[in-house]
Amino acid sequence: MNDRPEAPATELDSRYAALAAGFPGVVFADSLGDTVCRVPREVLVEFTSAAVEAGFAMFVDLCAVDYLQRDPRFEVVVNLLSLDPVRRLRMLIGVPGDDPTVPSISGVLPGANFYEREAFDLFGIIFSGHPDLTRILLPDEWVGHPLRKDSAIGAVPVQFKEANTAS
Amino acid sequence: MSNPPDVVTGEIEAPDGRAQSAPPSQPGAAEATVRRTMHDLWITGTEAPTDTGRFTDEGSQEMLLVEDERVLAEQMGTLVVDDYEGRAGESSDETQIINMGPQHPATHGVLRLQIELDGETIRRVKPIIGYLHTGMEKTAEMLTFMQGPTNVTRMDYLSPLHNELAFCLAVERLLGVEIPPRAQAIRVMMTELNRVASHLLWSASTGLDLGALSMMLYGWRDRELVLAFFEKTTGLRMNHNYIRPGGVAADLPDGWEEDVAAINEGVLRGLAEYEALLLDNPIFRQRTIGIGTLTAEECLAFGVTGPMLRAAGIGYDVRKAFPYSGIEQYEFDVPVLHNGDVYDRFLIRFEEIRQSLRIVEQAARTMPPGDYRTEDRKVTPPPRARIDQSMEALIHHFKIFTEGFRVPAGEVYQAVESARGELGVYMVSSGGAKPWRVHVRGPSFAHIQVLPAMLTDSLIADTVAALASADTVLGDVDR
Repeated sequence: MNDRPEAPATELDSRYAALAAGFPGVVFADSLGDTVCRVPREVLVEFTSAAVEAGFAMFVDLCAVDYLQRDPRFEVVVNLLSLDPVRRLRMLIGVPGDDPTVPSISGVLPGANFYEREAFDLFGIIFSGHPDLTRILLPDEWVGHPLRKDSAIGAVPVQFKEANTAS
Repeated sequence: MSNPPDVVTGEIEAPDGRAQSAPPSQPGAAEATVRRTMHDLWITGTEAPTDTGRFTDEGSQEMLLVEDERVLAEQMGTLVVDDYEGRAGESSDETQIINMGPQHPATHGVLRLQIELDGETIRRVKPIIGYLHTGMEKTAEMLTFMQGPTNVTRMDYLSPLHNELAFCLAVERLLGVEIPPRAQAIRVMMTELNRVASHLLWSASTGLDLGALSMMLYGWRDRELVLAFFEKTTGLRMNHNYIRPGGVAADLPDGWEEDVAAINEGVLRGLAEYEALLLDNPIFRQRTIGIGTLTAEECLAFGVTGPMLRAAGIGYDVRKAFPYSGIEQYEFDVPVLHNGDVYDRFLIRFEEIRQSLRIVEQAARTMPPGDYRTEDRKVTPPPRARIDQSMEALIHHFKIFTEGFRVPAGEVYQAVESARGELGVYMVSSGGAKPWRVHVRGPSFAHIQVLPAMLTDSLIADTVAALASADTVLGDVDR
């Protein structure tokens, strides 16, 4: 899954380089022309704060991906934006399937609030420290997390004319 | 109105007052009546079970098994649940909680706002969404890359072409295919026209919300020009599925230059009327100036983009920052204002209509000749005539429409500037013919989230103006 080797970032923009210097555990890479970085979840909040300090102050997007057979199983993807100069920063945070917990970044960037609720709702990823981690798109009494790959898509049976219903 | 032929009627009253005997009962009519009394959703042409005495719920769409009476009462409206409960101490007897929506006409969709009022002042707002959630991101994982635009075009249904464009650009970046210049120019022209249509609809409906009923009529009238052209080009007025991976579905129709020129002229003339109608109107100014303000810092922290962000003083536009489809070769300006209120959002959107028409005019004038989709036969189906002559063309056609084309593994985030803001598609491919994951970052989702910041400590009467100015499309929020 997603086995295309990410080219190691050859030369980092000064914005990224300043950020990379303070966090040796964060690996920067190049994915189809975008700068991405793999952030261990232990340093996520500190790294996000540092990124905001470094100019990536605009929250753009947060979503999750279920890779199912890969280890770690889940990946939380956060998109940040720096406006001057215009740069994107994509953070990939691996989340193991048996302990799907990630620290919430909604304290640093309040825009992450709804997006983390969505990722919790659809993937069951727990964002610890989130002020109101409840379902957002699905009804409160829903069971399961439908965007997980082991969640079946479901179907409605349709009765056709003169169909043999015995089987 | 005539009765359907299979309904048994008794004595019926003729228009002149004379009683007429019932038409002779047709064979099967009684059976049909029985069928009508059953609540099942039968597919047309199917028949009721032969044993009419009992029916199963097989075939009916059982939406929810309600075992909790509380849930049922809440859905029927007999029980109002306070989502703030458990926060006793913050609420007092002085405040009251009202529900706005999910069926309120000013929400333009199914949005519910739970508003805590102190007198007429809003103390807290909680947006409750999800009423339109249909699992489109899950559906996207079941569709091939070629079928994908059909799905995403239904998300933000007021700027469907932007959705298709973002999806297709993401697929093309993973594929690494080159798009011919004519296809790129058509894409730019169509999406900018879509922005015009969306902004016209927004000014119409927001004018209506603010009491300017004539704006409603004029806005829809001019939007109709654009939609008629869309119908001529794509076959549909919305949900076009026109932009496909590899290009667009069809070339521009004959006489498109005249149509585009007519749109340009008609919308520009209308725009002057709207500005005269609204912008100097004292009632309109009182209802919009200083209302629903957002600061630049709030916009950044909450991910607010598009006209909302540019009305707050930040000139970020995806078309300038991360140009796509060759949009950098056209001249246009990005309007920026600094007050961040409803009035400035009107000014920004009116100016954006002008700038979009500038792009449309340039694209129409410099429309390059050539193919409207890539020649890469692994991605685009061959022309119909080739199928009769070439076995390979037939095979390619068959494979593309049965199993789809394979896209190299990888992950990509691709954004376009939709009418509402940054519309991003995060796509993961595992190397198969269907995407492993498609996430759509809709601008409306962030704009719903920022509503509490916009509305807190303002008056309840300003809610509608502030909500309308955010231009949220609930299909984009709930997906």
